[in-house]
Amino acid sequence: MIGYLIRRVVQAVIVIIGVCAITFILYHLFPGGVNSEARIILGPRATQPQLNAFLAANGLNRPIWTQFAILVGHVFTFNLGYSYKLNEPVATIVLQKLPKTVLLLGLSTLLTVIVAIPLGIFQVLRRNKPSDYALTTLSFVFYATPTFFLGIVLIELFAIHWHIFPPEAPQSASIGQILADWRALVLPVFTLAAVYIAGFSRYMRSSMMEALTEDYVRTARAKGLSTRRVNYVHALRNALIPIITLLGLTLPAIVSGALITESVFNYPGMGLAFFNAASQNDFPLLIGTVVVAAMATVVGSLLADILYAVLDPRIRYV
Amino acid sequence: MIPLTGDATTTLIAEAQGTGGEPLLPGTEVTEAGEAGGIGGLGKIIWRVFSENKLALVSVGVVVFMLLFCFVGPHIYHTDQTDLVITSVGQVLAHPSAQNLLGTDPNGYDTVGRLMVGGATALEIALLAAGIATIFGVFFGAVSGYAGGVVDAIMMRIVDTVLSIPTLFLLIVIAAILHPSFWLIVFIVALAAWLVPARLIRGETLTLRTREYVQAVRAMGGGGGRIVVRHIIPNAVGTIIVNATFQIADAIGLLAALGFLGFGVPPPATSWGQMLSDGVSYAQNGDWWLIYPAGVCIILVTVSFNYIGDALRDAFEVRLQRR
Repeated sequence: MIGYLIRRVVQAVIVIIGVCAITFILYHLFPGGVNSEARIILGPRATQPQLNAFLAANGLNRPIWTQFAILVGHVFTFNLGYSYKLNEPVATIVLQKLPKTVLLLGLSTLLTVIVAIPLGIFQVLRRNKPSDYALTTLSFVFYATPTFFLGIVLIELFAIHWHIFPPEAPQSASIGQILADWRALVLPVFTLAAVYIAGFSRYMRSSMMEALTEDYVRTARAKGLSTRRVNYVHALRNALIPIITLLGLTLPAIVSGALITESVFNYPGMGLAFFNAASQNDFPLLIGTVVVAAMATVVGSLLADILYAVLDPRIRYV
Repeated sequence: MIPLTGDATTTLIAEAQGTGGEPLLPGTEVTEAGEAGGIGGLGKIIWRVFSENKLALVSVGVVVFMLLFCFVGPHIYHTDQTDLVITSVGQVLAHPSAQNLLGTDPNGYDTVGRLMVGGATALEIALLAAGIATIFGVFFGAVSGYAGGVVDAIMMRIVDTVLSIPTLFLLIVIAAILHPSFWLIVFIVALAAWLVPARLIRGETLTLRTREYVQAVRAMGGGGGRIVVRHIIPNAVGTIIVNATFQIADAIGLLAALGFLGFGVPPPATSWGQMLSDGVSYAQNGDWWLIYPAGVCIILVTVSFNYIGDALRDAFEVRLQRR
């Protein structure tokens, strides 16, 4: 177990250094190099001495390896640069926005798990009956529906036509106030979760189906246990384990989904900050957000893997 | 985005569980001769299983219809989609009528014509990106798996790293820095899409490289390049084709998301995602034709490619089981 953990953590650190390398490439991707990057940040009227001063202040005139080392150091100390457009350190902005995005992601993931698992089980129990086919078709359609289109349609129907929910996400500053405004959270949370409910219920269906063909299920049946007990105690518990790995693997995609959901519903999280930064060419904030999103993903999948190892002892010895 | 329905996930999960590289199916024996020959007879079996799946056949019909609609349609249904001269107020945001079957958009473009050119762009980008990503991913994965050792470890950590950055965030930063053009968008969609085929084919290569026919080639003095290109890749062709189908579906979704967020092809060109983005604010006044047709097109094409991929996988699995 300890060996597995150490190997997994080392792997995560390597990936984070890799993320730094990609970030570094992004900074040097500007056509015209760092000089034009400085010009974008300082504006078209900046003089060459001013540009040089900017490069010197940010270490951009140092040798390339020194620059990379500085960047890695900055990432590990959570120094993410300075947003000149918002006149605030990127880390401050991120710390302000991140909890809201985590709240949105958390609620959506919770909804996904609560809905998708029973749905998958229901389909297995009714397999190859009309209700199974109907749910399969429905999940294919939801899986193919782009998150932003679903968001737009839900706003059209539930906010503009029927006035059931507000068209915009809660705008409050604190988590408590956002939660108190739960009616405004319904549409964004469902929009983000829909694709994953579709995908996870499909996966749960096949995972449960596979578990039912295992030897231990046959043994349990042979012992004379009731179908209910075999289904829910023996098959289900084993079918649930891969779902945890799936959660870890889905994390990057669901974070991307949050970006879209936040811009559709104007939810003041990291995704919306990123989207606004993109339209204003606020590159320090853009790249800083990418680093944070990647780090969160790496940590998230690390946690999923550890949880998996705790639940399934076989993995620890691999 | 991770294809939740594809076999990609199965392999990713198998790898994450430390069982990566094991064949997913019992009896994944391929041709005795090694060089994947005899496709003629196999083709019939694959087609028979595939055509038993009615939904997959309908999906092929939908894809063919969409291709005709987007690429042949503009030659039959003539509309001005480039430098439009607006002659009357009624020409802008017109309701659906005999003249404009699905009305016009805020710039006066006919919506049906817009769906055609937007769809043509979307399909071209998706097919090109999926193609490039598949070719690159297959070679990357095959080389990584065949080389093994340190090379394999380094190549796979590269895949892990890119995979850990949420796709849209990475792509938007690149698009913001380099300004979108047709080929840049093809490139960035491909940049997101090559990772899954690379991992899949690496896993496949790990099992294929130990086969007798590969050892026979090596004993006869065949080099690594020959083994990868002539023996490993042809024998993984089922996996490659099935995954490429899912990649097209994913590329259409990703492209739509990019277009919606404002990183699409430069105007007057458009794509389905961009049409949705442009139409949102008008749709709230009841101009439904600006968003629903484009949204339905995206969903139809994505669902179809996913169904086709599913059916192809079943067909290829049957091929493997019959041997």
